[in-house]
Amino acid sequence: MLREKYEQEIEAILARYPVKRSAVLPLLYLVQREYGYCTEEGIREVAEITGVSPTEVREVVGFYTLFYDHPIGRHLLQICDDLPCALRGADELVAHAARRLGIRPGETTPDGRFTLETVMCIGACHRAPAMQVDLEFVEHVTPEVFDRIVEDLSRDGA
Amino acid sequence: MGRYILLRHREIADLHRLEVYVRHGGYEAWRKALTTMTPDQVIEEVKASGLRGRGGAGFPTGMKWSFVPKDVFPKYVVVNADESEPGTFKDREIMEGNPHQLIEGALLAAYAIQAERVYIYVRGEYRSVARRLEAAIAEAYAAGFIGRNVLGTGYSVEMAVHLGAGAYICGEETALLESLEGKIGHPRVRPPFPATYGLYGKPTVVNNVETLANVPPIILHGAAWYRTMGTEKSPGPKIFCLSGRVRRPGNYEAELGKITFRDLIFGEEYGQGLLEEGRAVKAILPAGASAPMLPASALDTPLDYESVQAAGSMLGSASIIVLDDTVDIVWAAYKMVRFFQHESCGKCTPCREGTYWLRRVYERIVAGRGRPKDPELLESIARQMAGKTLCPLGDFATSPVLSSLKHFRREYEDYLRRAVETPAGVPA
Repeated sequence: MLREKYEQEIEAILARYPVKRSAVLPLLYLVQREYGYCTEEGIREVAEITGVSPTEVREVVGFYTLFYDHPIGRHLLQICDDLPCALRGADELVAHAARRLGIRPGETTPDGRFTLETVMCIGACHRAPAMQVDLEFVEHVTPEVFDRIVEDLSRDGA
Repeated sequence: MGRYILLRHREIADLHRLEVYVRHGGYEAWRKALTTMTPDQVIEEVKASGLRGRGGAGFPTGMKWSFVPKDVFPKYVVVNADESEPGTFKDREIMEGNPHQLIEGALLAAYAIQAERVYIYVRGEYRSVARRLEAAIAEAYAAGFIGRNVLGTGYSVEMAVHLGAGAYICGEETALLESLEGKIGHPRVRPPFPATYGLYGKPTVVNNVETLANVPPIILHGAAWYRTMGTEKSPGPKIFCLSGRVRRPGNYEAELGKITFRDLIFGEEYGQGLLEEGRAVKAILPAGASAPMLPASALDTPLDYESVQAAGSMLGSASIIVLDDTVDIVWAAYKMVRFFQHESCGKCTPCREGTYWLRRVYERIVAGRGRPKDPELLESIARQMAGKTLCPLGDFATSPVLSSLKHFRREYEDYLRRAVETPAGVPA
């Protein structure tokens, strides 16, 4: 249960807003941290805490790209293939990544370690091609840089 | 005074730390306003400076503040840090390198309209940037610049970071407010505008990060000083985001109207020319994907709001993406249309359906299966979208389509002729 485990954090989130509903997005991030994705149980907890209907919380999960209603890999590899990055080799990088991992963008490796996604502009166009690994920036990504990331994250415990 | 007004961290190491920021004049404007100026005087000074919103619309900031009713409480300031326009990465650098200048500007805005709370809405992908900002806010609280009874003046203000979760539309100010209220980011019908009916239905000012970073120097040095930079109608400094097929992409700070596209792309202290020798500029996107592309004949246009508009586009957020003669314009337009189709929030039918069909037509053209009438079809779809949606996204989505057809129709025709001569899938 979220409420027992993160009592203080939840109180701190709620204290930031005069209206409880504003806590929906921050609480969904908490749900994803706890369960790995927005589970039905997590959605119901957020609904209870904020006084919003579960349907409305589900709608929020569906609207924003960083919320997932299904399990994803332990590591999220998001490569930007929007125009500025694509002008500097992003499409080739995506093709390389798909080959390296043996999956297509949007898929998760069979061992559940990696989810590969292509994403829209992440604000790193001056260091293109760029990606985010578990939402941390990695910039000037060459195929070699990508392979090293995959190797580092493939070690036991990563 | 150094070379930079906004990107001061490039000259001052560790400027993101409060102690360093204060040592270099930080929070002096905040102290000055709180102890020697009335809220109205702050608004008047910003009005007199001619500062225009740096998020894209270029609306006069002081005027925006003056629309807020005086007798309705509580009031809010919301910082738009949802920087998501393709090719835009300036707010990120301010928040990473010079976060206190943004915080100080947001505090000044709050005091000017007598807001009790400031939210900084940071896009979800900027989680690491938000952490930097949160650390700076904590420092400012500890130093007594934020909180109850600031500097013993009786004025109290709170500030918090709110993380978005991946949606370009939330950069539109009413969608941003909906998102901050815990809902999906659907734009609201305007009027009423946020100045009277904003966050939780209360008077709210929404300003871009870079806009607010301009405010502390204006208050500290005065509107007359600020107006010595830039042009009469576009005063002050601006950060230009340069990306695409250039040798040295990056953020460049310069006075509005004092440099041209050519200076920015080829200047020694700016982009230093194209990525590959012997290439030429084919097209310029002055404001990411949202404003019409311009052909190389526009290279000598000065970079200010009026001049870029006169050239047939918009300066917008000044996110200049350079396309050289290696770039397939139809493919580039497809990439941008794909962006808008992905980011359309789905509320307005012309945008939701229009972006979908634009994408479908582009997909078949670039796959070599275009039909001879496709250019007319694209124009027809675009006409059914422009001006028919609640927010500008529907208009933005037509920009790459109509401008590329206007300036580079030949490239579409080449695609379509090849499609007739060698249908995709059939060996030539």
